[in-house]
Amino acid sequence: MKSTLIHLGGHPVTRRLGEALLTLLGVSVLTFTLLRVLPGDQITSSYGIDAGDLTKSQLAQLHAYYGLDKPLPEQFLSWLHGVFTGNLGYSSNAGQSVADMTADALPVTLELAVLAIVLALVIGIPGGMIAASRPGALRDGVAQTASLLVLSAPVFLTGTVLASILANSFGWNPNGQTFAPLTEDPLMNIQQMVLPALVLGVSIASPIMQTTRTAILDIRGEDFIRTARAKGVPEHALHVRHVLRNALIPIVTMSGLQFGFLLGGAVVAEQIFSLPGIGRQVLLGMGQKEYSVVQSTVLVIAVLFVLVNLVTDLVYRMVDPRVWSR
Amino acid sequence: MPTRHRRTTRHLIAAGTVVTTVVTATACSGTSGSSKGADGPLVFGISADASQLLPWTATAIQSQQVLGQVYSSLLEQDNHLLPGAGLADMPDVSKDGKTYTFTLRSGLTFTDGSTLDSSDVKYSIDKVLDPATKAVARTSLSAVKSVSAPDAHRIVIKLKKPDASLLAALSSVNTAILPSNKPLASLKKKPLGSGPYAYKSRKPNQSISLVRNPHFYRSRPGLSALEFRVIEDQNSMVSALRSGAVDMAIFDDYVTTKTAKSDNVTIQTVDQLNYHALQMRPDSSTFQNTDVRLAIQCAIDRKQVVKTAALGQGDVVGPITSPGYASDPDARPCPSRDLKAAKKHLAAAGKSDGFTFTAIVPQGLYSSASDEAQNIQSQLASAGITMKIETLDSSAYVDRWLAGKFDAAIALNGAGADPATTYTRYFTSSGNFNKVAGYHSENLDKLFADGIATTDISERREVYQKISRELEDKAAWVWLYSGRQYIATNTRVHGFQPVTDGSLQSLWETTLA
Repeated sequence: MKSTLIHLGGHPVTRRLGEALLTLLGVSVLTFTLLRVLPGDQITSSYGIDAGDLTKSQLAQLHAYYGLDKPLPEQFLSWLHGVFTGNLGYSSNAGQSVADMTADALPVTLELAVLAIVLALVIGIPGGMIAASRPGALRDGVAQTASLLVLSAPVFLTGTVLASILANSFGWNPNGQTFAPLTEDPLMNIQQMVLPALVLGVSIASPIMQTTRTAILDIRGEDFIRTARAKGVPEHALHVRHVLRNALIPIVTMSGLQFGFLLGGAVVAEQIFSLPGIGRQVLLGMGQKEYSVVQSTVLVIAVLFVLVNLVTDLVYRMVDPRVWSR
Repeated sequence: MPTRHRRTTRHLIAAGTVVTTVVTATACSGTSGSSKGADGPLVFGISADASQLLPWTATAIQSQQVLGQVYSSLLEQDNHLLPGAGLADMPDVSKDGKTYTFTLRSGLTFTDGSTLDSSDVKYSIDKVLDPATKAVARTSLSAVKSVSAPDAHRIVIKLKKPDASLLAALSSVNTAILPSNKPLASLKKKPLGSGPYAYKSRKPNQSISLVRNPHFYRSRPGLSALEFRVIEDQNSMVSALRSGAVDMAIFDDYVTTKTAKSDNVTIQTVDQLNYHALQMRPDSSTFQNTDVRLAIQCAIDRKQVVKTAALGQGDVVGPITSPGYASDPDARPCPSRDLKAAKKHLAAAGKSDGFTFTAIVPQGLYSSASDEAQNIQSQLASAGITMKIETLDSSAYVDRWLAGKFDAAIALNGAGADPATTYTRYFTSSGNFNKVAGYHSENLDKLFADGIATTDISERREVYQKISRELEDKAAWVWLYSGRQYIATNTRVHGFQPVTDGSLQSLWETTLA
C-alpha cells in the first residue's frame, strides 16, 4: 500500500494534479488577501458618499448581510466551503448566483478565445513560415516589422480605433447592440465577435509568428533535414512532414499560453466591445467590490488555465511521441 | 527558391486570405444598425448598470434614471426642478406650516393595473422613514411626525416643525410610491411602479428593457418601448451613437462629447448644479487658522481652473448653486486671484514662508479631478504654498472622505434644487457629513434651522445668502465651478428636454421620428 502511494506520488500525472491544486489554493489566497487590502468595501461601493447617511446599526446590518462582520479566516473558509459545495456566492448587483453568472459568461469568453486563437494560428503560422522561408529577405523584414508593430499596439488602442472607424465611416457597430448569444442569434453573434476576435487574434498572432519562424529556422538546420533533402524528399513534403511537424512543440506551447491568457486576459477587448464575458465579470466585480464574484471568477479562470496547460501537455505527446518517454 | 516551396507559400497566403474574407463577409452580411420604428424602442446608453432596483435605496445616477421612468412620486419636479403636481395635487398647508394635506388624482393604478391609493402612499413614506429600509431620503423627511390616510384619496403628513424642503423631498425618485401589497424582495428584482414605462426585463450589466405603461396618469408615453443599454467604455458609447445603435447618452467629458457630434448626432449642453471644490477641513491642525484658508482662497484663480481642467466648460460658482438661491460667486474676501492678499493672510497666520499640505484626489470618479489638482497645485506654488497630491482610486477616496481622514480634498459634490438638502448635512453641527466638512458654527446652525423653517421664498433666499457669506468669509472650502453635461441624441429623437440634475423627466414625452 505504502509503495503504491509513493508510486502514485511520483507519477507525473499525480504530481501535476498536486501542483495544480496548490496553484489554485495559492491563487485563491492571493485574490482573497489582495481584495481585502484594497480600501473600500461593497457598502461604500453601493452607497457611495451616501454611506455617510447610514446609522451605525444600519451599517452593522449591512456588514452582517455581506458577511463582512466575520473574521477574515472565517470569511475565507466560508467561501472555500461554498466552492466545494457548488456555491460560488451571490451577486446582489446582478441579482444572480455567481455560478449562473459564470455559466452565462464563460461560453462568451470561450467562443472569443477560440475564434481569436484560430485567427492567430491562421495568421501566425503561415506568417512565420513565410518569414522563415528567406531569412533576411524582404518578406522576412516585412513580416518582422508587421509583427513588431502589432506587438507594440495595445489592444485597447487597436480595438477602439477599429470600432470607431467602422462606426463613423460605415455606420457598422454590431457591438452597440445588446449581446446576442451564439445559440439565440448566430448571425448577430458572429458580427459581435468578429472585431474583438480579430483584434485579439492579430495581437497574439505576432508571438506565434515569431515562435514559428524561430522554430522552423532551428529545425531547418538539423542534420535529419539535410539527410531527407539529400534523399530526394520533395520540398513541400519536407516542409510539412519534417520541418513544420518538428517545429510544432514550441508553437503548441506558445499557443497554449496565449489561449490561457485569452481566457482571463480578454478583459480589455470584452470591455471595449461590451461582451459579457468572464473578464468583464471580474472587472465589474472589482469595481463593485463584490468579493465572492471576483474570488470565484478568478478561481474559475485559474482552473481553466491549469486545464489548458494539461491539454497542452497532452498535445505535446500527440505531436511528439518521444515526450511520453521523458 | 524551389518552385514547390514557392507554391506552398502562395497556397498559405491564399488560404489565409480566403479564411479572413469568409469570416469578414459572414460577419458583415447582417444588419448592424438598429431596426427601429417610430414607436421605438428608443435606446438610451448608460455607462454603468442600473443594479439598484429599489428606488428608496437607489443612489447611483443610472439607477435613478431608470427608476424615474418606472416609478412616480407624490409630487414631480418640473424641468426647472421645482416641485409640482404628481400622483397628488400640490398640498393644502396649515397656517402653522406643520400639516400638509395631499389629494391623490382619481383612477391611479400601478403598471400591472392594480389600484394605487392613499394606503400605498402612507406605506411608502412610513417605509422610507423606517431605519431598517436604509432609505437614502430618510434624513430629508426627518421633520415628519406622522402620516395618515383618512380615506382612499387623502394623505395627511404632520411635521414636528415647519420644513420648507419637504415638497422637494417628496418629488424625488428616492421617495417613490410602491405598492403596499408586494414584498420588497420581489420589487428589488422586478420593479412595479406607476411611471410612464413598465419594467419588462433586465440582463445584468447589459440592458434593462421597459415597455409603455398604458395606465400612466399623465397621458400616453411617447414610445412603445425603452431600453437602457450598458456601455461602459465612453469611446464605445460614441461609436454606438454614431452608428445609430444607441439613440441617446449623457456625457460629462467635453472632449469625448466632441467626437460624438456628427450629421445624425446632436449635442445639447446643460449646466450642472453639482459643484467642484477644494475642500479643506477647518478642524484639522493644518487648516485651523482662518487666515491659512483665506490665503488659499486668495491664491486660486477659479477661472483658470475652469479653463485648464474643464476646457472652459463651466462657470465659477459660490457655495449655493440651487436655482433661485444661487450664491454670488464674487461675494467673498478675494473675488479674484490676489497674491498680495494671500501673502498678507499667510503672514497673519505666522506662515510667511508658506506651508505644505496634502490633498486627496479621486481617480475614476470624474475626469477633471487630476487636472484641477495640478492646476491648483501650480497656482498655490506661486504663493509659496505646497500642495501635495495624493491620488486615490474611487473606493479608497470615498472611504477616506467619509471618514474625514484628510486635510484637503479635490471634490465634485452633488447639489439639489433645495439648498437645505444640499448643505444641512455638511455644515450643521449634527449633520451626517460635518466630520467631512470640518466646519460648523452656532450661527450656521441657527441659519440652517431658519432656512428649513422659512417658507417665504424671498426670506429663505436671504437666509441662504447669509449662510453662503459665512462659508466664503471663513473660507470653509474653496468653491470653484459648476461644470456641464452633454446630452447626445440621434436626430430621430424628438421632444426631450434636458434638466440640470441629470434626471430624465421629459423622457416619457420623447418620440422617435
